[in-house]
Amino acid sequence: MIYLRLFYEFFKTGLFAVGGGMATVPFLYDIADKTGWFTYDKLADMIAVSESTPGPIGVNMATYVGFTTAGIPGALCATLGLVTPSVIIILIIAKFLANFSDNQYVKSAFYTIRPASTALIAAAGMLVLKISLLNVEAFQQGGGVLSLFDGKAILLAAAIFVLTNFVKPVKKLHPVVFIAAAAVVGIVFRFAGA
Amino acid sequence: MNIYLDLFCSFAKVGVLTFGGGYAMLPILQREVAENKNWATEEELMDYYAIGQCTPGVIAVNTATFVGHKIKGISGAIAATFGLIFPSLIIILAIAAFVSNFADVPAVQNAFAGIRACVCVLIINAVVKLWKKAVVDKVTLIIFALIFVLSVFTSVSPVVYVVLAALSGIILKSLEAKK
Repeated sequence: MIYLRLFYEFFKTGLFAVGGGMATVPFLYDIADKTGWFTYDKLADMIAVSESTPGPIGVNMATYVGFTTAGIPGALCATLGLVTPSVIIILIIAKFLANFSDNQYVKSAFYTIRPASTALIAAAGMLVLKISLLNVEAFQQGGGVLSLFDGKAILLAAAIFVLTNFVKPVKKLHPVVFIAAAAVVGIVFRFAGA
Repeated sequence: MNIYLDLFCSFAKVGVLTFGGGYAMLPILQREVAENKNWATEEELMDYYAIGQCTPGVIAVNTATFVGHKIKGISGAIAATFGLIFPSLIIILAIAAFVSNFADVPAVQNAFAGIRACVCVLIINAVVKLWKKAVVDKVTLIIFALIFVLSVFTSVSPVVYVVLAALSGIILKSLEAKK
């Protein structure tokens, strides 16, 4: 039953992804691994769309993945699965734990959950890096070490990295600006070779 | 207006106006919930937000649930949460249908190849930002390194790492306290 499975997988994501939108990404890669519902390439596209549209990234991603996997009912199941643990946990906290964030056990657990969550996102970032900046196929077909690197994409990524981190006037711009610019560059310089 | 409908509409507005979630949402939430509706004070909102950040799940959903619960109990929490996710559902469904129809167009393929390079950088930037708050000493550095290496080279579910990390934090801190 794919709807139940979608609900269950996203329930797990909602329950264990700590630290906002990007924290759901490692769980989505795990879902891709286990179910084969979508490819890594497709997932990177879904992240881009979720970042460039209004609404919380996690919710956007669940809707998109659910829709890709099983249409509109799939989108509903995935999104409800994602938010259900949040609603339950917050209701419990609101009722019973007035000083939740001052609780010693909570503090101790989050002291180590935070680096764990950061590491998981970094590892998911490596997967995105592999599909967007490297040509693993060309390399495996014996194209030599140089063929492994997608020069155009690496240049673009480096430029965006510098712009988003070090150039003051543009640093604060919303990510959607960079995503749109990257789309234009991709079309003009035929990034997919299509 | 019916209070449930009011909660739904207000949070739908927050959902539409928030681009990218997280910190982008806070000023919009403050204006809508604290200034326009007087549903919560700025301080309460900051507390909800802080708890939302250190509880599992989507921060925006956590905050909506909190405010909804304060105003009208469990059904208020549900109305606010549905309001928040409603615009996302509609917008993403429209885009997803569009993208799947036009995925074979060369321009769309080229655009997404460019966009992927950008997504890479956005994820790196998110990691850098989280790193500053998360990796604060030797213990947290070791946990980061260990889980990063393990999850790059194995395909164990991230759930396992999060649970183990939580347990190790509680054990470490209580050992420290005993000394």
